[in-house]
Amino acid sequence: MGSLIHAVTLDKDKCKGCTNCIKHCPTEAIRVRDGKAKIIDERCIDCGECIRICPHHAKTAITDSLEEIKKFRYPVAIPAPSLYGQFKGNVSVDKIISGLYGLGFFRVWEVARGAEMVSKVTERYLKEHDLPKPVISSACPTVMRLIRIRYPELVDHILPVDSPMEVAAHMVKEEMVAEGYAREDIGVFFISPCAAKFTIVKNPLGKEKSNVDGVLAISDIYGPLLEKIKEEKMSKALQKSTSAGIGWAISGGESRLIKDRRHISVDGLVNVTRVLEDAMMGKLKEVDFIEALACSGGCVGGPLTVENPFMAKARISKLSEGLTGELPQVSAELADSFVYDKPITPQNVLRLDEDMVKAIKKMGEIDDITEDLPGLDCGACGAPTCRALAEDIVRGKADKLDCIIKLRENVSGLAERMVDLAKKMPPSMNQYEKRER
Amino acid sequence: MTEGKSEITPIELFFEIERGDFVRAGEASSKIKKKLLRLGFTGGIIRRTAIATYEAEMNIVIHSLGGSLKVKMYPEKVVLVAKDEGPGIPDVALAMKEGFSTAPEHVREMGFGAGMGLPNMRNCADEFEIESREDVGTTVTMVLYKGG
Repeated sequence: MGSLIHAVTLDKDKCKGCTNCIKHCPTEAIRVRDGKAKIIDERCIDCGECIRICPHHAKTAITDSLEEIKKFRYPVAIPAPSLYGQFKGNVSVDKIISGLYGLGFFRVWEVARGAEMVSKVTERYLKEHDLPKPVISSACPTVMRLIRIRYPELVDHILPVDSPMEVAAHMVKEEMVAEGYAREDIGVFFISPCAAKFTIVKNPLGKEKSNVDGVLAISDIYGPLLEKIKEEKMSKALQKSTSAGIGWAISGGESRLIKDRRHISVDGLVNVTRVLEDAMMGKLKEVDFIEALACSGGCVGGPLTVENPFMAKARISKLSEGLTGELPQVSAELADSFVYDKPITPQNVLRLDEDMVKAIKKMGEIDDITEDLPGLDCGACGAPTCRALAEDIVRGKADKLDCIIKLRENVSGLAERMVDLAKKMPPSMNQYEKRER
Repeated sequence: MTEGKSEITPIELFFEIERGDFVRAGEASSKIKKKLLRLGFTGGIIRRTAIATYEAEMNIVIHSLGGSLKVKMYPEKVVLVAKDEGPGIPDVALAMKEGFSTAPEHVREMGFGAGMGLPNMRNCADEFEIESREDVGTTVTMVLYKGG
């Protein structure tokens, strides 16, 4: 796990060492050490909460730069449907796509089309396989990581089907190879609202290797793209996606395409956690399918977007109104190729010790220390809660006196002792002391 | 330091459960699950424990005057004791049948009381014991083994 590449990272120069991020991290993956935030990689699920919350913009996501596309003879853009919600109403999808061409892409293949295919593949997969209920969508990489870390018993519920991004990348590569372009000359770049997509491209799930060659943040290309959109005078009909695929950018867009199944769609990490918690307890007996998206509102709320998610959502809602036309036909052979080759496994990064006997002992110590700590959850020690500090202490990564309240107690105890000691006189001088009084 | 198995002090958790408190039902289950993960439990036992504790909580919330849930976590097993005060179960064998329920109408309207609580608990546990005395209360003891 040491080699895990993460998108979410820290700009050390900007970090002021405040405790905003540690308090908002859903997996308690951040500590403040030596005045700077430190991300514990194996716990980070790339949700981007810290990016949103940091007042100093010290939390960023690593993505590729637009320069990277020059490394390929035929760079291809595969824009996430959420990109279409980033511009004012009078900017059409056609214009956005032509703007992408203007940036130097040789071809644009919409991820919304990939989404339409995924819906078709999902329909088929659910018909032919009996997954434990409720089935959980695999579209959101952050939710997948969350399940692997915190809900290991639910990994069998995950729909083992490629994401729209992967499907789009596969389709455009095959399409171009069939047209005679050399595979190694084609570079596919995902235009992303999401930090976790970068991570999953570098460490794919269910696949050996991703078909995506690079990930560009919407927020990075927004400025240049806007310029190109303004320059673009003629507007050809370039859009090939339909309302069905575009709807995937918002919460509910995936599940509305799943026919004859009782589904719920949940967005925002707090809400997702609640639903997964219920699924774990067997509470969701009347649900067949869960669409769970970590960002509020769905992908339009991604940390790498520019527009406020509510405006973006309203625009996507308009673009995805009414389901026009059927989903595309996907051959059985092709559909099967979009099913995961490798099973998804749990990641037990939270356990206290490999030896359960020792783990129980440590848990006991953590309980005792937590009991003794002030319970303020102030974060001044650099850990998000008193319990997290207790755990760090037992894991050997912190000290009890990191707690400022404990330190103060100790200092005040020491001061009292000093006063007591100061009053003490050697027997030879006791006489003197009495006389003074 | 002694490392012998008998020397292990299990992790113990105790939850008071109030009658009719649907809002907090599930809280115990959730907290127990969190601990099991940190202790390094894997495999079906986490899920089985989560379901068994939730069903036990719900039974106490719906049918009793209030009670408690005690959990002990050992390296090889989890022991759950759900104890309540209340009417007790007149016919335990009948209550263990899938689909049998005495849940009142207003509870069924909320979607509970499908008569799967006790059978579900038994299915999740490797050892299951129920003791009930009319007008006194019910105690359910469950043992779940790792890899069981």
